[in-house]
Amino acid sequence: MSEASLERGIAALKEQIDAPVAAFFSSCTHCGMCADACLFHTETGCPTYTPIYKVEPMRRLWEQEYTLLGRAKKALGLSKPITEEELEKWQSKVYNTCTLCGRCSMVCPVGNDITGMIRKMREGMSAGGFAPEGLIGASERAVEIGSPMGVRLPALKAQIKHAEKDTGLAIPMDVEGAEYLVLLSSMEIMNYPEYLHAITRIFHQAGKTWTLCSEAFEATNSGIQIGSSDIAAELVGRVVAAAEKLKVKTVISPECGHAYTAIRWEGPNLVHKEFGFKVQHILEVLDELRAEGLLKTEGIEEAKLTFHDPCQLVRRGGVVEQPRNLLDMIAPNFVEMEDSGVMNWCCGAGGGVSANEDADKVRNKAFNRKKKQLESLDIDVVVTACANCRIQLEDGLEINEMDIPILGLTEMLAEHLKEDKPVEEETS
Amino acid sequence: MNSADFLLWVRGTGLQIATVIFVFGVVLRLFEILTLGHKKNLAVTRGSGFKEGFRNILTRSLPRDKNTLRRSMFTIVTGYVLHIGLFVVIFLLAPHISLFEGIFGFGWPSISTPIVDLFAVLTMIALLAILYHRLTNPVLKFLSTKQDYFVWALTFVPLITGYLSYHHLFLNYNWMLGIHILSVELLMIFLPFTKLSHAFTLFIARWYSGSMMGEKGVKS
Repeated sequence: MSEASLERGIAALKEQIDAPVAAFFSSCTHCGMCADACLFHTETGCPTYTPIYKVEPMRRLWEQEYTLLGRAKKALGLSKPITEEELEKWQSKVYNTCTLCGRCSMVCPVGNDITGMIRKMREGMSAGGFAPEGLIGASERAVEIGSPMGVRLPALKAQIKHAEKDTGLAIPMDVEGAEYLVLLSSMEIMNYPEYLHAITRIFHQAGKTWTLCSEAFEATNSGIQIGSSDIAAELVGRVVAAAEKLKVKTVISPECGHAYTAIRWEGPNLVHKEFGFKVQHILEVLDELRAEGLLKTEGIEEAKLTFHDPCQLVRRGGVVEQPRNLLDMIAPNFVEMEDSGVMNWCCGAGGGVSANEDADKVRNKAFNRKKKQLESLDIDVVVTACANCRIQLEDGLEINEMDIPILGLTEMLAEHLKEDKPVEEETS
Repeated sequence: MNSADFLLWVRGTGLQIATVIFVFGVVLRLFEILTLGHKKNLAVTRGSGFKEGFRNILTRSLPRDKNTLRRSMFTIVTGYVLHIGLFVVIFLLAPHISLFEGIFGFGWPSISTPIVDLFAVLTMIALLAILYHRLTNPVLKFLSTKQDYFVWALTFVPLITGYLSYHHLFLNYNWMLGIHILSVELLMIFLPFTKLSHAFTLFIARWYSGSMMGEKGVKS
């Protein structure tokens, strides 16, 4: 990243412009509907946060480089070139006030995938050296240490020890030929180790073989957030190498939104090859186990609860029914939020916003949207399936003095797990 | 040049020039878009991108959900009136159909002129409302460029001149009709090179986003 320059940024941005982008720019009529769909606009009232405006430099580049009229104008010196000052100014639009949540892409009447364009815009911004410090730091730690939060293997091993003690079950590490390779997010290792406990018990009861990998346990991908395909490919490559080495059938993305997008949808395109293994989100796996009768629960959750859909799972990932099927097993008092499923509102912290200190203030403001959604429900518990959403929900509710506990769905299922199989036999 | 000469020119040479530029512009824009290409998706897909792409072309014309409708009510309602109105006025007015018949060799049934007239009025009201919205809504005011106002005028002038010539108002009929035809020719010339190009590029945009989302199993 040290050689970042405006020229490199523009070259990287040019590379991102493809037929869909050209069709999108050709079709935008400045109707403003994307602003009505974006929580950074609705909660601040600031017109500069209109999603399509966040890619305005890219639109000009497209016009100047890829249209006949634009090229003629450029040759005659009639067009405004992209400058360093401009891209510096755009940093707050492209990174601080966009979580890549995808709501704008759902409502655009001409069908523009605006979120996809902002993701592309970030490629140019990061190559040009215009990414925020927080994300640069996280990306560097991800590449060098293997985790954006700087979590190393000994820290994971310590958590494994705890989990083994608590569950009485062995946690497999680097086991060749296991069915599942389980990935974790740093946030889960440090803040929510309950997740590891939960899957250990669930897989034991389901009779499934699984493993962690000491060389690739991190699922999150800072490269996706900062918008660097090189970094993203390096991080995905580590998981691919681990999956191939251990000959697993399926890699499981943890309770994290963008990690799923990174490995499931962008992954094969980043490393330029089709995967020889399946990639599933943990909720997909659990729903499959449920359907096969391998995940059995007992008792019910009495609390009135709702589910916060992580954007990258629903709108950008297609995992909509699975959490509802799973909640159906244990939560008779489950209620949907006003906008739920593919139209759910973002927590305000995705897409690298939580790793970017510059965005702290606006992130808390954007949370008001979620606050209003939750207030209108009168619920006791919020369930979600993304550690990043979870931490934002916890922070946001605390700031707003709302006392509602947040639970991970996997962990909640494990609390109701019907345990037919004894655990002693496996204790090491 | 008297009014008869003027009318003759806009109906003949003028229309030919406009048609050539229009066709060239549309082909150029399609070429500019499609030759940029789109990388093949290597991720295992969950649904048919092809099918969802086509579905999206149709379903994007409907409001996404009731809350989106509520939030963007003004834009959606005026948008519907404008686009349905334009369709009726352009394609269902008897004199327009005979013009198309002259070009394509086939026609279709028209609807009664007073009804088309009503649609023309509604369309103009919608356009005025859209202009008002653009000038007063903070987001639209902020987003709007000179081109947005220019294409607004390009769309409005053919409507008002068509209305005035049908009602024999303001100028003599030949002059007014000539100006109406000329304004349509300007619209045709600028359409492919301005954001009015959405009239045809939106099908490509919707197809791409629909298929990309469809491959992930997301109903767009």
